[in-house]
Amino acid sequence: MALLEVNHLDVRFALRGGDIQALRDVSFSLDRGERLGIVGESGAGKSVAAFSILNLIAQPGYIAGGDIHFDGQTLSAMSEHQLRQIRGHRISMIFQDPMMTLNPVLSIGEQMVECLRAHRRISHREAREIALDRLKQVQIPSPQKRLDQYPHELSGGMRQRIIIAIALLLDPDIIIADEPTTALDVTIQAEIMALLLELCEQHNVALMLITHDLGVVSQVTQRTLVMYAGRIIEQGPTKEIINDAQHPYTQGLINALPQMADPGQRLNQIRGAMPSLNAIPSGCAFNPRCDFATEHCRHVMPEFVTSGGCQVACHMVREMIEEAQHHA
Amino acid sequence: MPDVTTHKTTNAEASMQPSTETQTLVRIQDLEKRFDLSGSWLEQLQFKEGKLQRHQEFVHAINGVTLEVQKGEALCVVGESGCGKSTVARTVMGLISPSGGEIHYDGQRIDHLPAKAMLPYRRRMQMIFQNPYASLNPRMTIQQTLEEPLRFHQPGLNPSEVGDKVHEVMHAVGINPDWGKRYAHEFSGGQRQRISIARALAVDPEFIVADEPISALDVSIQAQVLNLMMDAQEARGLTYLFITHDLSVVEHFGTRVAVMYLGTVCELATTRELFANPRHPYTQALLSAIPRLEDDRPTHIRLQGEVPTPVNLPSGCVFHGRCPYADQRCRTEKPQLIPTAGGQVACHAVQEGRL
Amino acid sequence: MTPSTTTTQVVPTRWQRFRASYLFYSFKRDRVAQISLLIFVALVLAAFSAPLIAPTDPYDLAQIDILNSELPPVWMEGSDPAFLLGTDAQGRDLLSTILYGARVSLLIGFGAVMLQGLLGILFGLLAGYYGGRIDAVLMRIADIQLSFSTLMVAIVVGAIFKATFGNLMFGEVAVLILILIIGIAEWPQIARTVRASVLAEKSKEYVDASRVMGFGSARIMFRHILPNTLSPIFVIATVQIANAIISEAALSFLGLGMPETQPSLGSLIKSGFDYIQSGSWWITLVPGLVLVVLVLVVNLLGDWLRDVMNPRLYKG
Repeated sequence: MALLEVNHLDVRFALRGGDIQALRDVSFSLDRGERLGIVGESGAGKSVAAFSILNLIAQPGYIAGGDIHFDGQTLSAMSEHQLRQIRGHRISMIFQDPMMTLNPVLSIGEQMVECLRAHRRISHREAREIALDRLKQVQIPSPQKRLDQYPHELSGGMRQRIIIAIALLLDPDIIIADEPTTALDVTIQAEIMALLLELCEQHNVALMLITHDLGVVSQVTQRTLVMYAGRIIEQGPTKEIINDAQHPYTQGLINALPQMADPGQRLNQIRGAMPSLNAIPSGCAFNPRCDFATEHCRHVMPEFVTSGGCQVACHMVREMIEEAQHHA
Repeated sequence: MPDVTTHKTTNAEASMQPSTETQTLVRIQDLEKRFDLSGSWLEQLQFKEGKLQRHQEFVHAINGVTLEVQKGEALCVVGESGCGKSTVARTVMGLISPSGGEIHYDGQRIDHLPAKAMLPYRRRMQMIFQNPYASLNPRMTIQQTLEEPLRFHQPGLNPSEVGDKVHEVMHAVGINPDWGKRYAHEFSGGQRQRISIARALAVDPEFIVADEPISALDVSIQAQVLNLMMDAQEARGLTYLFITHDLSVVEHFGTRVAVMYLGTVCELATTRELFANPRHPYTQALLSAIPRLEDDRPTHIRLQGEVPTPVNLPSGCVFHGRCPYADQRCRTEKPQLIPTAGGQVACHAVQEGRL
Repeated sequence: MTPSTTTTQVVPTRWQRFRASYLFYSFKRDRVAQISLLIFVALVLAAFSAPLIAPTDPYDLAQIDILNSELPPVWMEGSDPAFLLGTDAQGRDLLSTILYGARVSLLIGFGAVMLQGLLGILFGLLAGYYGGRIDAVLMRIADIQLSFSTLMVAIVVGAIFKATFGNLMFGEVAVLILILIIGIAEWPQIARTVRASVLAEKSKEYVDASRVMGFGSARIMFRHILPNTLSPIFVIATVQIANAIISEAALSFLGLGMPETQPSLGSLIKSGFDYIQSGSWWITLVPGLVLVVLVLVVNLLGDWLRDVMNPRLYKG
């Protein structure tokens, strides 16, 4: 049994003029120690998917259907109080902006001690020891000094290291990282990513990495979900998805990277833009931008088919597989 | 400072010779820009050792940058945040006045020109901005946004000529001309960036400064906008000064690349040369940090520490604090750009053959 | 070339845009705002059509009979059904004087805010856009002016005017002078708001884009920046109308505002004040209530506008 299982998750936003479906029938699972990437462009629903696991979606969003199981418990049926025992303790989060997690008026040490003592019955001194140990793990220079510093005294890269230290504080089972390095410079970004990867492996922590950067996903994760307009359209082992994507959108996303075209030549662009959630086309949501779209694609929402190790929601892929089976 | 003019061939010998084919459109000479941090005159007064002293602090955003943009090329300036790349772009466009140095456009010095004398150049040089959500006036329709520069720079045009021109640029950037009566917020980020480009193209410029034009956009939209910019370059013979932090875009788009660190240019080379054979240790680290679609673990060069603040600049080479090859000379003596095969590099280690 | 994907919808008209706007949406859901606007519009309409709907003309001495003085409102004993809200000490119909008085009050309120707006927008734009020395000088003037209370400035200026023109002459130009006094005394409020939003707008890239185009400062300030600072100006102007009405009432109450021959709400309250002890409380209380209601609904509308237009809550 998987550590985390999300089944048929439906998330809606109650807006004027009616509900908007932010997530439709999202199902995936995460094993202990596994690293899963969730890829998509802005508005694809990747952050909503991650936030709804801990029921952290802000008003007016709400979970309209589906269930979430974590280590034998049903998260989606839990009270706010019960969820709080899980949040930050067994599942912790890393956000794009470190200041979302850090309190600007408390020192780093105070925040870490407070977090530890909220979940564990330990003395102030013990908590400080653990905090110091975590800071050493994230390879911060002069960790002792950092404990008494305030967030604004640290650089962006340093803050993100602190956030990782806080995320690891209570030995979580899962870390959900929402674009953890997007706000950082390239060189710092590479270091933080390497650190996160190293620590997750060391502590056997499962990582759910939400990002728009396919390069990062390919380097860090073992499995990848690709999301488009609130749905998962393809999922499978990262290697397979990067090297042999089946869904036209995934293919387009990879081919649109500058490194996939010859210097000076035009990039392989996908035409158009992702639909806004209140105007999702009928059938396959990608059909207006897809070169292979047929009348069928415009009317019927595709179901998942298995292709190699991947699951793909595309009529064309299904037909190709059926044809291959027919010939064989 | 050795004046090395590079051009598009990758032949090492040939690029050492000033070419007769290339023509310098924009020349940035020893550019410097300091921003005063210390506030008003009263706030600068401080008590030190019993004496009242005037204390001033500066951000040294650009420290002696010399660059030449050749006609028809796309010169990319890359670097991390705080390296001064955007300040270079804004200074070239006259949005900021330089603290030192000169900017020449087509042989004419323009950095000290009064607004009136600058007007003819305003038409010839245009700018595309980073944030598509802030670069269009929210209270104006697209039609108004695009018409205003035309009416302003070409008062002789009659309304139907203005309309035709707006129609043409909207069509050129792939925006339906029927949507002119809409406001900016009714468009997506990618479409707004197209409109921004249309506004720049409306006055028929020859030189465009693009300050991170695609960083705020989604991957699939980035490709569209980059293609559009390349289309426009081909169709209109544009010259670009392209500011970005994204090296994979540079590799694809740039003719030549200037790598900046803490307000100085540390390496300048043709794109192919820079990516094939980076000389400066910083360039090497930067290149190794690009997340690529390879299956293997990142094997990037780890730098010590982080970028220092540009308030108190390090002595000597600005990069020495993070450089694995730094020695005593690097800590004290500022390296100058020296010619290399295919470009220039400012590094003592390269000059001494240590690297 | 990429064909764009958005469907070919008809471009909405201004009215359709308004109907679809957040402003209209939140108005439809906010009962307080609806009632406030209703009362405000009713009061304004009633006040400005006073010559048409008022039973008598309080300015016309021929219609006043001193024998009718201090009659109570109709629901009390000893009242005259001709005078719905009773009469004042001079025998004027209270309803008519209130209608005419509200007109004067509103006129001064709107006029003063228009003047404040004019000065505030101009100085705020200049200070915010140019910064540096211009900013420092203008904002110090504003600071100095704000450190005097409005009333103090108004009392001094009012007294000087009264002394130079004499009471009779003052009566004729009283409305204009009050507009001038309150307008000048309160412009820094608007100037500061404008300056703050100009500073925020100035750093946006569309302003840089205009500068890159070579547009002149005046064009950038008035055509590009000003329209984007209108929301906060609108909010503060609403609140300032209430303030101006109160200021005018206070001045009139102190005897430095409108003369009794041309009463505003404030001078009505004052004129009735002397009779509270003698039992004729309505002469003061009724116009006082009208003043309170008027100021309250304007403030409620201002609060609602501030909530709606708060850029942190809603980006538009």
